[in-house]
Amino acid sequence: MVLALLQTRIRNFVRELGELAELTGEAFASLRHQRPSWHDFIAQLHFVGVKSQSVVITTGAATGMVLCAQTYFQFHKVKMDTATGAVVSVGMSSELGPVLACLMLTARVGAAMAAELGTMKVTEQIDALRTLATHPVDYLVVPRFLACTAAAPLLTAEAVVVGIIASWLVGVHLLGIDSAYYLANMNRYTSPEDIMTGLIKATLFGAAIALVGCHKGLSCRGGAEGVGRATTESVVTSSITILVSNFFLTLFLTRLFKS
Amino acid sequence: MIEVRNVWKRFGTQEVLRGASLCIDRGEAVVIIGRSGGGKSVLLKHLVALLQPDSGEVRVDGQNLCALTERELLVVRRKFGMLFQGAALFDSLTVFENVAFVLQRERTHSAEEIRRLVAEALEWVELPGIESKKPSELSGGMRKRVGLARTLVYRPEILLYDEPTTGLDPVASANIDGLIRRVWEEFKVTSIAVTHDMASARRISNRILMLHEGAIYADGPTAEILASTDPVVNHFVNGIPSGKPTF
Repeated sequence: MVLALLQTRIRNFVRELGELAELTGEAFASLRHQRPSWHDFIAQLHFVGVKSQSVVITTGAATGMVLCAQTYFQFHKVKMDTATGAVVSVGMSSELGPVLACLMLTARVGAAMAAELGTMKVTEQIDALRTLATHPVDYLVVPRFLACTAAAPLLTAEAVVVGIIASWLVGVHLLGIDSAYYLANMNRYTSPEDIMTGLIKATLFGAAIALVGCHKGLSCRGGAEGVGRATTESVVTSSITILVSNFFLTLFLTRLFKS
Repeated sequence: MIEVRNVWKRFGTQEVLRGASLCIDRGEAVVIIGRSGGGKSVLLKHLVALLQPDSGEVRVDGQNLCALTERELLVVRRKFGMLFQGAALFDSLTVFENVAFVLQRERTHSAEEIRRLVAEALEWVELPGIESKKPSELSGGMRKRVGLARTLVYRPEILLYDEPTTGLDPVASANIDGLIRRVWEEFKVTSIAVTHDMASARRISNRILMLHEGAIYADGPTAEILASTDPVVNHFVNGIPSGKPTF
C-alpha cells in the first residue's frame, strides 16, 4: 500500500518534470519560430514588475531590518558591531534578496498565472485559442516567461537595495553603529560576485515561476476545484523549486566565480 | 472532405468512442445527434484535432491530423471555425479584441481594415456597436453570436458548432439557428453541429448522423432520420423514455 503510493508519487513527479521540460522546450521553440508580441510582453511586464513593487519593497525592507538587528545583537557580544553592514549586504545580495523576493513573486505572480490559465482551460478558452490557429505557448506562455525572467532580477535588485538602506537606517540610527565603518565594511566585504550570484539566481527563479505557473494552469482539469488545486500546486512547486535549487546554485555559482 | 475512420477514445475507464466512422463532404450541413454524455462533443473535437484518438484516424482534405504536430496543426486549423458550448470568449479582452483576434495575430491587415471587418462581422450577427463591451457584460445568446462573429471574420471553410443552442430560451435558440443557416447558405461553408435539440437539428441540417454507444448508428437526410421507424432513432428523436430511467 505504502509502496504503491510511493510509486505513484514518483511516477507523477517524473511525469511532471517531463511535461515541464517539454513546455520549456516549446517556449524556446516558439521564440525561434516567431517574434513575440511586444504588446503582450509589455502588459505582462507591467503585471509582474510594476504591480509587484509594494510586495517586493516591503519584503526587502523588513528582511534588511530584521537581519541587521539580529546580526547586531550577536556581533555586539564579540565587539564586531561594524561588521553588521557587511553581513546584511552579502546575505541580502546573494541569498535572502533573490530567495525572498522570488518567493513573494511566486505567491503573487505564479499563483495568478496558474489561476488565469487554469480558468481559461476549464472554460475552453485554450481550446478556442487552438481553433483560432494560435499556439497557447506562443500567446500565453512566452510573454509571461519573458516578462518574469526579465522582471525577477530587477525586482530582486530593488529588494536588495531597499533592504540595505533599511538595515543602514536601523543599524546607524537605531542601534548606534558608526555609519562610516558600517559602509566601509559593507563595501570591503561585498564583492561583485555576490551581486552577480543574486541576479543570476533571480533570473533562473523568475523563469521557473513563470514556467511552473503556466504549466499548472495549462494542465488544470475539472472546474473551480481544479483551478484552486492548480493555483496551490503552482505556489508549492515553485517555492520548493526555489528553495532546493538555491542551495545547488549557491554551490555551483560560488565555484564558478572562484575558478 | 472530412473523414473519421474507426476512431476509439477512452477517458480513464470510460470508453466514449468505439469505432466511430463518418464522412462529410464539402458544403454539407450536418448535425450529429445523440444522448447527453454520449461523446458528441468528443467526436467534434476530434475533427479539429483538439483531441487525438487512441486509435483510428481523422483526415481533412486527405491529410491525417493524427500524424501532425501541434504546430503543423495550426495551419490545418485555419480552415476551421468553432463555436463552443459556452462561446469561450476571451474574458480579459473586449468584444472588438475577441473578434479581431485572428486578424491581429496574422498581422496582414491594417488597423483600419481590421476595424471595418470586425464591424461587418458584428453587423452580420446583428450586434452592431458593442465593440467596447467585455464578454461578462453580454447575455448567453449575445456571447454565442460574438463567438460566431469571431469565426466568421476570417472566413473559415468548415464551421463546427458545439451545442449551439444549449442554455438559450426558444427565441434565442431560433435566432442562433437562423444565423447558422444563413452562414451556411451565404458563405457556402461546411457546417457541422452537435446537438440534442431536435428542433434545432431540423432547422440547421440537411443530413443527420446519430451517435449511439460510441459509434455512428444512423446516417441520412434530415427528413428521413426524423421519420425513422428504427426504435433507437425514433425514441431519441421523439423523446420517448426508454424502459428504465437513466440519469
